Amino acid sequence: MSTQSILIENGRVVDPSQQLDKTANLLIANGKIVGIDVAADDIPDGVQRVDATDKIVTPGLVDMHVHLRQPGYEEAETVATGARAALHSGFTSIACPPNTDPPIDSQAHVALIYELAASARQCNVFPICCISKGREGKELAELGILFESGAVACSDDGSSVEDSELMRRALEYCKMFDKTVLCHEESTPLAKGGIMHEGYVSNLLGLRGIPAEAEDVMVSRDIALAESVDAPLHIMHVSTEGALASIRRAKSRGVKVTAEVTPHHITLTDEELRSFDANFKMNPPLRSRKHVDACIEALVDGTIDVIATDHAPHSVEKKLRELDVAPFGIIGLETALPLAIETLVDSGLLTWSQLVEKMAFNPSQILRISRGTLQPGVDADVTIIDPNLEWIYTRAEIRSKSQNSPFLNRKLKGRAVMTIVSGEIRYQL
Amino acid sequence: MKWTPENWGDVPSGWTRSHLLGLEDLSVDEITILLDLADRFRREILDSPDNFRKLPLLSGKTIVNLFFENSTRTSTSFGLAGRRLGADVVQFSSSTSSVSKGETVVDTAKNIQAMGIDAVVVRHSCPGVPRLLAQNLKNCAVVNAGDGAHEHPTQGLLDILTIRQHFGSLKGLTVAVVGDISHSRVARSNIFALLKLGATPIVCGPSTLVSPHWEEFGVEVNYSLDKILHRVDVFNLLRIQFERQVVRPFPSILEYAHLYAMNSERLQQCKKDALIIAPGPINRGVEITPEVADGPNSAILDQVTNGVAVRMAVLWATISMVQKNAEKSLSN
Repeated sequence: MSTQSILIENGRVVDPSQQLDKTANLLIANGKIVGIDVAADDIPDGVQRVDATDKIVTPGLVDMHVHLRQPGYEEAETVATGARAALHSGFTSIACPPNTDPPIDSQAHVALIYELAASARQCNVFPICCISKGREGKELAELGILFESGAVACSDDGSSVEDSELMRRALEYCKMFDKTVLCHEESTPLAKGGIMHEGYVSNLLGLRGIPAEAEDVMVSRDIALAESVDAPLHIMHVSTEGALASIRRAKSRGVKVTAEVTPHHITLTDEELRSFDANFKMNPPLRSRKHVDACIEALVDGTIDVIATDHAPHSVEKKLRELDVAPFGIIGLETALPLAIETLVDSGLLTWSQLVEKMAFNPSQILRISRGTLQPGVDADVTIIDPNLEWIYTRAEIRSKSQNSPFLNRKLKGRAVMTIVSGEIRYQL
Repeated sequence: MKWTPENWGDVPSGWTRSHLLGLEDLSVDEITILLDLADRFRREILDSPDNFRKLPLLSGKTIVNLFFENSTRTSTSFGLAGRRLGADVVQFSSSTSSVSKGETVVDTAKNIQAMGIDAVVVRHSCPGVPRLLAQNLKNCAVVNAGDGAHEHPTQGLLDILTIRQHFGSLKGLTVAVVGDISHSRVARSNIFALLKLGATPIVCGPSTLVSPHWEEFGVEVNYSLDKILHRVDVFNLLRIQFERQVVRPFPSILEYAHLYAMNSERLQQCKKDALIIAPGPINRGVEITPEVADGPNSAILDQVTNGVAVRMAVLWATISMVQKNAEKSLSN
């Protein structure tokens, strides 16, 4: 926490938690938000003034799906490098899924993540613990203890919980702690051996397909289970028209289901695989145009609550391998905001307020963390965005330890120019 | 006539590629150039008593057969094609390499290149590997000898050449590709070329092995062999690729043969001059019965000879381009 006070002047302050979207001055003191347009008399002497003319001032962005690879895969990313990449991209808080080696299923492991994040002093890092012990899908992890030690939610991300009974028990049990179960939705037998979306392109390329139904059936199942026990369920990286239809219907009858989409699932299609470049190999796979359009539509109508990156670093040598054996996943922190601005805001599909909802407020609500808002009194996590800044995403711009991005050398528009965490300017372009 | 590298002439100027990765990207003209070249190699070199089956157009060149997947006939065919053109051919198979030690394909290829080679003929179980190599190797031709279920362009060319020699032209012919379409690189290379050359392909096989997406590509999908027998000019009978199947797509081989084997009863319902081809190795009794395989409608052994001719054409055309490009960059 910083004792320095900061006055962000003349920016367009967008905070959906207060239905706020206007040009204003935002005052930060003692690491907390004081408020907007504070009377001149109440502004402390020696305040640091930050000019935000033509910039957008938002609650610090929150990415609820960032693989930090520590421990186990430090060659690809660490808590420190991942948090640094996040901070430089406008994120003040990230949550990391537990598919590390060993997986996050113990109190000590949760504590380790907090400790590594604290010593890195980049952005806030919130660990997500496993649903099942060892992420093996067999028995429940000690969820009560894990939540008590700071895990913000649970997930077996990387795989589905194939056992329906275990899944229902997890939902039922987490409800008692008011924690959300985050689900990777993929029917393993249907997806087995798949490399890319099953469809027209996979048929032409002779690449084994992952059918949309592999996601559809699991989403339907988990909605049924969440509905039966009236517990919160969050669908990670949704990518299919069918899954979205199920979520939309479930929401309309009051099921406590939320959903996220990645920037790549709204910007790229399976046609990219024609290059056979492993940087287009991710899970869920890039889908065909109709699924991409369905994702965008679902962002607009509110079926999708969150944009999260599924930032999945892999070392160069692993991604350089043949498509069959190269691992799934791409890095996404640094490109998330500009891609979202270009695809959703510049195109007029979402307002800035709606975008901030999906990239800050909603994920905080789902993770039960008091972030994603500029309400007076909360920790001062603030992002200042230049929505018109044009830049090229070169290797030199990468702060992550890995470089597996399909967006390399792409021209982007919009960028975080300052990131403030707990009242401290931690990043400035 | 006695041919020598001096009187044989150059690769036609319409050919500008130093790699052959697949048939999907080739133009009609490019396919025709390769077919014409192969036809000429077949007639003038392989079938001619004057030339001892040799024409040293690639004398001094080195070709590596980089086979990460088992193959006898394709690697032998490429090896023969290279030697008939006077090149040195080195065999490299994954069991004798460091691939099992975790080396990437690109590293393997770069190591081989460092030893100085002019062409890599690559076969790999993963689609896209030839392209990966082409992107990472310099001054070296890359020829795809089969990448997973993606493409097998020289097999496609030799199938087409065999059909063209038999009927004179591909235009207006109905060609049924029968069997395990999903897992077949031969099917894909055939379909791409057949469509370009004006033939009408039909894909025929069990619904679990024939994607309905072929219709979006302009190919007729039919699950009944019996219903199409009377209107097909060429049957290309594919092998069931058990090694690529994650799950067994049909109940038994007996049932498959019952529905899709080309036997003499079925052949009797076909057009009199219907041509039977098969990429091999054939499974006698599964997709084809012995009396059909060895009968008058079968061109299966002719395909094998054409295979050498096609590979001579492809190696000569691609390696010539590599050489031309190298000379160009030297003179610049």
